[in-house]
Amino acid sequence: MGRSVLVIEDEPNIIEAISFILSRDGWSVATHSNGHDAFGVVQDTMPDLVILDVMLPGKTGYDILREIRGAEGTQALPVLMLTAKGQVKDREIAERAGASRFMTKPFSNAEVLDAVRELVAG
Amino acid sequence: MGALNVLVGVCLIYVAFLFFVAFAAERAAIRGRGGWLRNPLIYTLSLSIYCTAWTFYGAVGYAARSGLEYLTIYIGPTLVVVGWWWVLRKLVRIGRTQRITSIADLISSRYGKSNTLAVGVTILAVVGTTPYIALQLQSVTVSFDVFSESYGETLTRSGQDSNALWVACGLALFTIVFGTRNLDANERHHGVVMAIAVEAIVKLFALLAVGVFVVWGVADGLGDIYARIDASEIGQWQMRGDRWATLIFLSGAAFLCLPRMFQVMVIENEEEDHLRTASWAFPLYLMVMSLFVVPIAVVGLGTLPAGSDPDFFVLTVPLAQGNETLAMLSFLGGFSSATSMVIVAALALSTMVSNHIVMPIWLSTQSGGASVSGDVRHVVLLARRISIGGVVFLGYLYFRLSGGGTSLASIGLISFAGVAQFLPVLLGGIFWRGATRTGALVGLTVGFVIWAYTLLLPSFGTGTLIGEDVLIEGPFGWGWLRPEAFFGITGMDPLVHAIFWSILLNTVSFFIASLVGFPSPLERLQGAQFVNVYEHSTTPQSWSGNLAQSEDLMVMAQRIMGARVAQGLFEREAKRQGVSGLLPEPSPDFLQVLERELAGSVGAATAHAMIGQIVGGASVSVEDLMAVADETAQMMEYSSRLEAKSEEQARTARQLRQANEKLTQISEQKDSFLSQVSHELRTPMTSIRAFSEILRDSDRLSEAEKVKYSSIIHDEAIRLTRLLDDLLDLSVLENGQVSLNEQTGVLAEVLDHALASALTGNTQVSLQIKRDKARERVTLNTDLDRLSQVFINLIGNAQKYCDAELPALRIDVRRDSEKLVVDFIDNGSGISKADQAVIFEKFSRTGELRVSGAGLGLAICREIMTRLDGTVDYLPGQGGAAFRVVLPIQMAMAAQ
Repeated sequence: MGRSVLVIEDEPNIIEAISFILSRDGWSVATHSNGHDAFGVVQDTMPDLVILDVMLPGKTGYDILREIRGAEGTQALPVLMLTAKGQVKDREIAERAGASRFMTKPFSNAEVLDAVRELVAG
Repeated sequence: MGALNVLVGVCLIYVAFLFFVAFAAERAAIRGRGGWLRNPLIYTLSLSIYCTAWTFYGAVGYAARSGLEYLTIYIGPTLVVVGWWWVLRKLVRIGRTQRITSIADLISSRYGKSNTLAVGVTILAVVGTTPYIALQLQSVTVSFDVFSESYGETLTRSGQDSNALWVACGLALFTIVFGTRNLDANERHHGVVMAIAVEAIVKLFALLAVGVFVVWGVADGLGDIYARIDASEIGQWQMRGDRWATLIFLSGAAFLCLPRMFQVMVIENEEEDHLRTASWAFPLYLMVMSLFVVPIAVVGLGTLPAGSDPDFFVLTVPLAQGNETLAMLSFLGGFSSATSMVIVAALALSTMVSNHIVMPIWLSTQSGGASVSGDVRHVVLLARRISIGGVVFLGYLYFRLSGGGTSLASIGLISFAGVAQFLPVLLGGIFWRGATRTGALVGLTVGFVIWAYTLLLPSFGTGTLIGEDVLIEGPFGWGWLRPEAFFGITGMDPLVHAIFWSILLNTVSFFIASLVGFPSPLERLQGAQFVNVYEHSTTPQSWSGNLAQSEDLMVMAQRIMGARVAQGLFEREAKRQGVSGLLPEPSPDFLQVLERELAGSVGAATAHAMIGQIVGGASVSVEDLMAVADETAQMMEYSSRLEAKSEEQARTARQLRQANEKLTQISEQKDSFLSQVSHELRTPMTSIRAFSEILRDSDRLSEAEKVKYSSIIHDEAIRLTRLLDDLLDLSVLENGQVSLNEQTGVLAEVLDHALASALTGNTQVSLQIKRDKARERVTLNTDLDRLSQVFINLIGNAQKYCDAELPALRIDVRRDSEKLVVDFIDNGSGISKADQAVIFEKFSRTGELRVSGAGLGLAICREIMTRLDGTVDYLPGQGGAAFRVVLPIQMAMAAQ
């Protein structure tokens, strides 16, 4: 049974924090830190959920999300988007691109955990 | 003597009849029953004074001598009336609106109411017309002679002279009685017009009667006449194009310019519309007049003994055939032609003489000016009457002196050529606003001098006024000035030659002098009114100021116009102004009206002078003219202002658009900056929050984990602080609020300090530094802390981003006469070209390198160097990443 999460994020400290929180809750966590080949990693690992940062080197999180939504097999994959740009228009863009959930940094650990549980269960 | 007495008796009866006709017409007009007087046919018939005794008798003589050439004298006016009716209409309109009294008045009025010009034109008109009047007297006298000869009674020379004198006196009397009943020369002379209309019918009827008699009485109808024409010399006649063109032009010009034609055509015109009728009826009249000229000439030449004067065939042919009644009728026709011409010519000329010569002189001799009380109308009337007598007497005198030897036609043509000189000035005046007084004077003078020299003087015969030597060799031996061959051009007909040169030089000098000279304000005003007579329904004011005293004006007006008329005018004007009483305010408007009324009596120039005397000479002022000019100028200025305004608006709109674009751009920059700042702040905060929650919520953390997570929180807090510091620093630098703290130091020490600061705290990566300390011995006088900050940033970047296995940074120092150059070159892979363009922008990051820092470092460096009057740039082509810092030399002082 795969309770796996792929974290696509370029900030090492944030990767470490999210990994710690999810591992403690029993999730298997994979991480990736640039945008170029992120979609390939998603297809290869086929996680139960993707946590996706917006500002990534090489390719934006929105573009990666569109790739995920456009491809067979990953169409319905739950994607939790994280962004440090807390503006309204960022949320709109994310929703239009097909984000399952959108969260602004900084977040509380419980919030992330709840969201991940909900998205995978639902 | 009996038949001659009958002739004299018939003449007297005829004259009495004319008096009666004129008198009846005047009475009818006064009683307001003169509607029939306003018939356009009467107007057309009055135009027939063009056909004088010359036409009546002379045309036959002309045909006998030169064949069909006599027709030119009819073709000219026909062309004018038919083709140039719009010129005539304009003349009539101007004459009416400006209350013109004569052609001299028209010309003087047009050219700034110049009396000099009026006097000149008057004199020239008198000179040109006198031979013509003499011609009429001559024709009457000779026709008497012809009659008496046919009865075997030869008149003595003194008898001829006394005849001429009596005729002259009779004509002068008639003209005085019917021509000077009313002072207002501008008003119609119904009596005179009616009389000449009757005479027009008489002469037409007489000539037709003679013609019919000749064709069907003497010859055997038309066929016989044609045969006779073919047989005679006239049939062999050759047409000469140059003479034809010249004569047609000449007669057309004379038709427009002859003072008597101007009188009947313009002054006596009742309605402009009458011209419409005249434009077909008058040519018809001329055609009928010319119909039997050739038959009479042919029959005369064929039946009368050789040597008979062809000028009087009209008379002598019926006499020779024994038809005395017809001869008598023919005589009356000739008499009519002569008298009507003399009457109208005398009337026209006397108006000119009295208005332009006598009145101005009389006015100037009156010390008190025009406002002295007492009726001066009798003076004006007397002047006019004396002038009539004088004009007729001059004609008589010419007749006596010339001895009546010259043929009628040649005298007529000389006279025509004289008055034709008015043509350029007249047409120029009504069609060309640029024509000036000086131009008119020069043109007229030139034209008349050449006319007199080439045509008038030679006409008296060689050896009388011009010596034979002059005629052949020119004056003073100047061949090019020979009167009949100007500029050595010989072979031209003398008449053609004279017309060609006089009109050509007249026109040319008129134009040149007009173009060269500068018109006075009044000239411009009048010029505009004449040329644009149809547009100006009202005359613009040409008087200014309130200097005039209404009472003085009243006194003067009464003296010229008569008490009743003057009071009526003043009362009307007062009412129009809304002033109670009888005296209107002396407004410019009123002065204008008064001047025009007076002009109808004494001419424009004199009227202008009279009002000027009272008003104080304040005629049209420069201000008034400027006001007229201003209207145009204002319009132009307004439109150019509008243009400028719309241009200005377009410019403003453009500026606004640019400003708006800039604002939008700034707004977008601000948004993106805020967004970036937000991102840069939230990222460390995210770590801080996440790990602090982990530390708080997890009790199963190892000590190592606790330490690690605490240091992350610590580091991120420092990162946050540094970011805030950078932001504040940049803000201060960008707003120029930074104060520089200038110190003196050595470059090597600044670099030492920067290296120490940059390299501490990061021991993981060892960056090798290559320096040449000897070259760094440069003393600087600048803000050393800020410079150090730049160095720290550049060294820090090398440390962070240099991707070489053994990272190294070379610091090169070089100085020349102007600047100090410090290069920081690492041995990494460098920065891509696309990134080089953006690295100095805020929050820009190169490639995927993402170690730490918010991307504000280089932006701050650039701001600092700008403050220090230096630069920092990326130095391409060095292998690794390379930055060059340049300081101006005044900041850098060479070490000792």
